[in-house]
Amino acid sequence: MEHMGIEPGRIQFSWISSAESTKFVEVVNEVTAKVKELGPNQNFIKTEAKVA
Amino acid sequence: MSYIAKIKEISEKILKNCTVEMVIGFRKGTVPLMNEPCFARTLDQVDQFVWDGNCGINLANYLADRKEKIGIVAKGCDSRNIVTHILENKIKREQLYIIGVPCLGMIDKRRIAQDFGDEIIAVEEDNGNVIVKGHEREKVYDKSAVLQENCAICIHRNPVIHDELVAEPVAEQADVDRYEDVRRIEAMAPDEKWAHFEEMLAPCIRCYACRNACPLCYCPTCFVDEHRPQWVNKGQDPVDVRTFHFLRAYHCAGRCTDCGACERVCPVGIPVRQFTKKLEKDARELFDWEAGLTLDKRPVLDFYKPNDPDEFIK
Repeated sequence: MEHMGIEPGRIQFSWISSAESTKFVEVVNEVTAKVKELGPNQNFIKTEAKVA
Repeated sequence: MSYIAKIKEISEKILKNCTVEMVIGFRKGTVPLMNEPCFARTLDQVDQFVWDGNCGINLANYLADRKEKIGIVAKGCDSRNIVTHILENKIKREQLYIIGVPCLGMIDKRRIAQDFGDEIIAVEEDNGNVIVKGHEREKVYDKSAVLQENCAICIHRNPVIHDELVAEPVAEQADVDRYEDVRRIEAMAPDEKWAHFEEMLAPCIRCYACRNACPLCYCPTCFVDEHRPQWVNKGQDPVDVRTFHFLRAYHCAGRCTDCGACERVCPVGIPVRQFTKKLEKDARELFDWEAGLTLDKRPVLDFYKPNDPDEFIK
């Protein structure tokens, strides 16, 4: 994805067990912070009206 | 004995003694520089077979899910795709009689057409030269200078799997820089990359020729043709065009042999390989994997090793 031009950091992967609630919270906070820093996504947005 | 005489001889032999029901090879196309696949079931059809620098189509494409016994003419890349087919259970090794052809590369018809500047009427090959004839002019090209890009950087010219070779193996190219163009894109900033692909894909008419020519694309219903659910819209919207190319490339991850069929068939000349090549490079650098070299190893995305790279997962 990054090779195609998506900013590094916008896509993240993690492996969290259903028992790891604290890790889940941590990762979510971290991801949100990072994405907020990058600002709204400018790519992959359709400008034309969607034709059914 | 020339390549083609040997191909015909072997084809006749295996058809005659009923080793196979059909031999897949090439015959002369209706326009110069484009040979077409030929499915010979009888001995007189074998006479149509040709072999020259215009056999760039990947014949492994015609093997998926066939039930009969088949003889197939295979260059280096074709043979690697045959291996991939066997590993993916699209055909059995026992069904195949592989006529291996050591390959010296295929001619890039686009490069010649661009340079020639006249309608091409006839093309002949002679000892490493390509003689192109038009209405008013004639020009001789050095074959090595007009090779398809993927052939110029090919490092597996000899078939990796075969029942019979039509000639002695050719020397493999060493010291080729396979990933110069991928590195150039990798070095760009994100918005530059985006703009680069935007421009590259702008002429795409979504004819799906790249998908149809690709031996890896054998899904009964391609994700772009699916209606329920409809993964991607069918129009020319840049977002949809990009989704198609990008997802198609991903489906080829760890499987692509860089045979160049997709790029060769593109009617508007998009360098489609730029997507698959990045994945090919990753497969090689992260997993030390090149697709289709051996029947003894499972494909890279098919098995797990504890030391697989996982830095991207938190």
